[in-house]
Amino acid sequence: MEADAAALIGAGLAYGLAAIGPGVGIGIVVGNAVQAMVRQPEMAGQVRTTMFLGIAFTEALALFGLLLFFILFGAGG
Amino acid sequence: MTVPVLAQVVEVPSNVNHLFDWPAVLPFGINRVVLLMFLATLATFLFLYLPVRTPRVVPSKMGVVVETLVNFVRNGIARDTIGPESAKYEWLLIPMFFWLLFLNLFEITPLIHFPVTSRMAIPALLAGLVWVTFVFVGLKKHGLSYIKHSLIPPGVPKALLVLVIPIELLSTFLIRPISLAVRLFANMIAGHIMLAVFFLTTASYFVFEPKVVAFAIPLAFAIVITAFEIFVAVLQAFIFTLLTAVYIESSINVEH
Repeated sequence: MEADAAALIGAGLAYGLAAIGPGVGIGIVVGNAVQAMVRQPEMAGQVRTTMFLGIAFTEALALFGLLLFFILFGAGG
Repeated sequence: MTVPVLAQVVEVPSNVNHLFDWPAVLPFGINRVVLLMFLATLATFLFLYLPVRTPRVVPSKMGVVVETLVNFVRNGIARDTIGPESAKYEWLLIPMFFWLLFLNLFEITPLIHFPVTSRMAIPALLAGLVWVTFVFVGLKKHGLSYIKHSLIPPGVPKALLVLVIPIELLSTFLIRPISLAVRLFANMIAGHIMLAVFFLTTASYFVFEPKVVAFAIPLAFAIVITAFEIFVAVLQAFIFTLLTAVYIESSINVEH
């Protein structure tokens, strides 16, 4: 019973903590991309592609946390 | 309060593993997922073939749509990322983009409402294919020095190599395919769960507490998230194809 509870608490913590870093990171990526697009609108297309690439790499960490949530939730629930 | 109410309307799975069950409906283990995969394959084939099967000077309306989308993948993703050699890899990128697009869009297709890519097997298989492709391209182009160049970044001091080589080995040959597969899978399953939660909350309020205010709020959220999921479905197909192109490019120009 205690192990199940620990797994469930861990599941919540895993996703919550994993979301912090990528949240900040995606903010930085998009913020700087907007700045670049405003400064050089003629490069907007290329900046947008690179921005999505950056978002994808950053987001992967949060999604690993989500996966960990499923694993721990399955172990506890 | 919501959960017992919900349990009377729908079957609530005992735990999250229910999401990963694969009950077969036909022989050879063919289930709903596989049938939808066949449907997406057929849709991709018909979408890419029918509108442009007879060459015309002025393409039909559907032909213009198909040409625009294919040109987007061919030029916007393949050529801009890989460079002049991109034509060699279109056989992989163009069908993969449309296949993933159809599989993802099943999430919000009426009467289907199931993102097929939220089953890990499909992203994992595609990521494996991408892994084989970019390793093969690198080995064919550079021979064994591909491994050496991809493990040792230029300008690293000799003493640091002990640290750098394992990190590069992990990040290039292990984390790359895993994160490629997990990104698609987790995005689609997260969207699916979000939609399910809001629609089921709407349903249970509608049945057991039929006040307009009570079920209008989750319904509004569900509609907004449906629109968001269309965006996510297109974006994830785009990102998957773009990253494939990026990985192939990094195998071609492995020296820098």
